[in-house]
Amino acid sequence: MTWYVRLWRLLTLAHGAGGKETEDLIKHLIVDSVPPKYWRVEGGTGLDALDDSALIPIARDKYIAVTIDSYTVKPIFFPGGNIGKLAASGTINDLLMVGAKPVAALDAIIAEEGFPTEQLKKIIDSYVSTLTSNDVAIIGGDFKVMPKGQVDGIVIASTGIGIVEGKPIDDREIKPGDKIIVTGYVGDHGAAILAAQQSIGVKFDVESDVKPLTSLMLPLLEKYRPYIHGAGDPTRGGIAMLVNDWAEKTKTVIVIEEEKIPIRPQVKEYAEMLGVDPLSLANEGAAVLAVQGDKAEEILEYIHSLGYKEASIIGQVYEAKDPRHVGRVLLRSVTGGVRILEPPSGEIVPRIC
Amino acid sequence: MPVLRAKWSGALILQQGGAELIKRLEEFLRRNEYARKIVKKIHELAPNAVEKTGQSPIKIMDFCGTHEYTITHFGLRSLMPPEIELVAGPGCPVCITPAYYVDVAIKLSLEGIRVFTFGDAYKLPGSGKRGKDIRSLEEARAAGGNVVVVYGILDAIRMAREDGKESVFFAVGFETTAPSTASPVVKGHVPRNLTIINVHRLTPPIMKYTFENHRDNPIRGVIAPGHVSTIVGARAWRFVVDDYGIPTVVAGFEPIDILLAILEILRQHVEGKPRLVNEYTRVVTWEGNVIAQRQISECCEVVDAAWRGIGFVPESGLAFREKYRAVDALHQYGIKELSPEEWKYDLPPGCKCAEVTLGLAKPTDCPHFMKTCTPGTPYGPCMVSSEGTCAVWARFGGGGLAEDIAKSLGIV
Repeated sequence: MTWYVRLWRLLTLAHGAGGKETEDLIKHLIVDSVPPKYWRVEGGTGLDALDDSALIPIARDKYIAVTIDSYTVKPIFFPGGNIGKLAASGTINDLLMVGAKPVAALDAIIAEEGFPTEQLKKIIDSYVSTLTSNDVAIIGGDFKVMPKGQVDGIVIASTGIGIVEGKPIDDREIKPGDKIIVTGYVGDHGAAILAAQQSIGVKFDVESDVKPLTSLMLPLLEKYRPYIHGAGDPTRGGIAMLVNDWAEKTKTVIVIEEEKIPIRPQVKEYAEMLGVDPLSLANEGAAVLAVQGDKAEEILEYIHSLGYKEASIIGQVYEAKDPRHVGRVLLRSVTGGVRILEPPSGEIVPRIC
Repeated sequence: MPVLRAKWSGALILQQGGAELIKRLEEFLRRNEYARKIVKKIHELAPNAVEKTGQSPIKIMDFCGTHEYTITHFGLRSLMPPEIELVAGPGCPVCITPAYYVDVAIKLSLEGIRVFTFGDAYKLPGSGKRGKDIRSLEEARAAGGNVVVVYGILDAIRMAREDGKESVFFAVGFETTAPSTASPVVKGHVPRNLTIINVHRLTPPIMKYTFENHRDNPIRGVIAPGHVSTIVGARAWRFVVDDYGIPTVVAGFEPIDILLAILEILRQHVEGKPRLVNEYTRVVTWEGNVIAQRQISECCEVVDAAWRGIGFVPESGLAFREKYRAVDALHQYGIKELSPEEWKYDLPPGCKCAEVTLGLAKPTDCPHFMKTCTPGTPYGPCMVSSEGTCAVWARFGGGGLAEDIAKSLGIV
């Protein structure tokens, strides 16, 4: 019996939560359905890399970067943004994370019959202004309305196109000795959305961190491109998913120091109250970078100078000393003990007590 | 003295609120520096305690799922000397909820009755076969069943009142959760369209049962459940010392709380005097929450009750008293209560959840663990709740691998 029938007869929300189940589904159900020859364009990257964007070579050391994502969020307007800003930022960030300069975007919107046009206007305004203020053109799109009840409010799919000049950032190049840098507070977006969704009547003053990282990544790439071996925006699944993905891809061990991770106290508190790990909560305006070890401090300082004051070196990549250690992420807790940082799995649901 | 400092900080923490609280917690009850001092003392005392007890390693049981969470999440096992073994006990109410009641809840939800459940019980498998039957409320919802995840019965009451829909609340939990069910029932706050599947269970009886199962290699220390003790009071554990002579510490849920509890247990062994100590004085009193105790006994009577994979344990469950029959979902829908004669072994084939629950096996001893049983695809009940030992080990990599890797990299 195939894995999905054996384990899951029907899709559950866990399959879309961006954790282990999503990864399994993508690998087994989607990637495996495509003949390996068609996983990428000759000379580029694609399903073989499963990176933030795919690359198509156009000249020596020059690539087109392409990404697509669909966005659905409840509530559609949340503290710190809305689905339009989320889609635009996500599109831009996915391009930046492979070392591309974002140049153009296309969107496809499906809205529900009865959706207020005034809200639609606000969403589109956010989408457009986020892109144009980052110098990204909107070159096409699609718009459909579904009968009431057949889609919940609004769903946006957004494609981004960028240009890589020089070495693309390919996470498979992460190597032992590299340091892991996170560029901002962890878990703000996930916590803000969770707070807006859950009715537990606690005042919670955190907004989503949703924003394009252009002002960080373009100068950084300009100056340090060869030393940035990996980059990712830890959206669904959070940092925990991202670093596990890196360790697995590169067959290394990554060690994270909990003490060094920047998390807002209120996010930590809220996550603890709900029994969720802030490291599994989504970020929409922070990047995680793997940089050459001896350049890490210098790069960190430069990131601080760009206004990303919370940025911190949170860990290091090691060579696995035993086959059983390959692809594992170790976390040293604030108490000093060590544990495995597992990739998140399952749907985030409130616990009992 | 680290002991004094931790207690002092406890009082301090209670005066704070919100984000400040977490900062204080971090500073006083989690940080490395205190931990290191206590750990050093534990390492010093451990060989002595081994000599006194004649057991190596000394088996200390943490009875609460949240203790196991703290131990694994903060990597406390990696800080222990080889003379100490920390074993998880039956501290997860979701894990021991008999499959029978899950099946009932699934059936009701598929019949269109709205079932309210806690997040962890939402994924709890019943007796159905994987890939064939609808096994959990999660799968029932995907199949069109009416299932709503709530934080507590108050949400269920509010929603049931608002729309008047026929609803059922799936009430699982130990003494910690029982008062939240009992209180609205005795106060008459439960609307007529909401009934309750009552699967509340009691912890002291299962603790006795666990000791009996460890006779061959006895438990030499108990970290008693802090949450449960807020309700039942520290006095509920007197029998552990009186009847079994086991050092017992009611402990809080921060790493320093647990490290202090371990140190205290070792001290008692070295002195040769088992005692009951309440480390969690910032929350737990000797008598406990008397109002909650009264509400529970007004609402429910103590009955022999089934534990998943284990069977009936004497006087270990709560059932609605006759006068509150109207809120009893099983009674209302004419569904039979589970009886000792009809109880069948209710774990899926190969699942070691019962042994794990009783501390007789480790999750890593189970052939399904992290192979066919993961947090995303739970096969047995201990993988479901965030307090289940298997789920804790799965989420935070329990089982010794972390210690192994840390050693190989030379970072401990």
